[in-house]
Amino acid sequence: MEHNLFLIVLGGLLVNNFVLSQFLGICPFLGVSKKIGPAFGMSLAVIFVMLMATAATWPIQYFLLDPNDLGYLQTIVFILIIATLVQLVEIVLKKFVPPLYKALGIYLPLITTNCAVLGVTILNINSGYNFGESMLNSLGAGLGFLLAMVMFAGVRERLEAADIPEGLKGVPSTLIAASLVSLSFLGFQGLFGL
Amino acid sequence: MGKYSAAFTKGILKENPTLRLILGTCPTLAVTTAVISGFGMGLAATFVLVCSNIVISLLRKIIPDKVRLPAFIVVIAGFTTIVQLLMKAYLPSLNELLGIYLPLIVVNCIILGRAEAFASKNSVGLAALDGLGMGVGFTAALTLMGAIRELLGNGTLCGWPENGLMPAITVFALPAGGFFVFGILIWLTNKLSTRLDKGFKPKQTIGCESCPNAATCGKGSEGGEQHGA
Repeated sequence: MEHNLFLIVLGGLLVNNFVLSQFLGICPFLGVSKKIGPAFGMSLAVIFVMLMATAATWPIQYFLLDPNDLGYLQTIVFILIIATLVQLVEIVLKKFVPPLYKALGIYLPLITTNCAVLGVTILNINSGYNFGESMLNSLGAGLGFLLAMVMFAGVRERLEAADIPEGLKGVPSTLIAASLVSLSFLGFQGLFGL
Repeated sequence: MGKYSAAFTKGILKENPTLRLILGTCPTLAVTTAVISGFGMGLAATFVLVCSNIVISLLRKIIPDKVRLPAFIVVIAGFTTIVQLLMKAYLPSLNELLGIYLPLIVVNCIILGRAEAFASKNSVGLAALDGLGMGVGFTAALTLMGAIRELLGNGTLCGWPENGLMPAITVFALPAGGFFVFGILIWLTNKLSTRLDKGFKPKQTIGCESCPNAATCGKGSEGGEQHGA
């Protein structure tokens, strides 16, 4: 199956935005979006892990699981790969690239159980993408996550100062704000026939 | 017997994982466009929750402390795969409906949270009841949300009647409607809880730092300040 490479990235970024249209990675989206700085750092860490996870899981699915009829082990194998990978990345960064570790390190453990990462690796397989397309799809999904996080952090910084009814303060107002941000992304639906 | 009934009932209202602890938000928002998919997801997660709680409770003295989280994840992933295979075989239409969110039960923080907070410290019977109670609470919340969103967004309930009870307000079936309905439900829950229970404090935060595993990660602080080592 042929896929337009440009549309894969754009689809993940805007039309099928991971957070706002597919509800993957909601926990960090709602949890680490109070300020733009941390939201940005978290998103970079997610993009990084998504690309690494795709690079690791795609070959395992096609060269190890599929030839041996072990496709049903996908869930177990993928989550273990992601968990070990995150640990490994953390150790390697800490040792060899301390500045990067300082910037991303604190977010890495949170990413193991981030459904966006496991989600993108499974979706890559389900969509029948080849290796290059999978990597692009992960990049698009990661960038989409970044866009949603940074936009929403901007909204929440404003929301802090707003005068909200007592009962809606905190979680309910955050969710309703997320609803409005998600509504704005609806405008991309159907763009480029995606 | 008191502690057994307490283990079961706390998950349904007092510590409802969805509405009070605000955990497992991804499936809560994603699969509640209809009653049946919300209920199906609830049942699947309940099955995994009860089974993994039982197994983890049985293994609690064997699993070394240092590798307990990976061990829990393997147990949970195993039961998630069982649910996936069972659903593919016996309920293919529900399997289609839940799609990617079925394997994602693995990373549902309710399940890992109960394993860490309860099953790894309590006996099998208590752990099973705790899982069941939490599962029932999760299923009830998802079904309720599914009912609201299906009625408003599609005009039907469980697909009935064919041409709809009322005109559909499509936006409620869309992602934006999911966030909105969830926000309103949490607001109502907070309001009711404050009225019924004097000591109740609405949760002000959401996401990682309020996750039961935050202490394990040791890095769950919002704002990104570095904690510990």
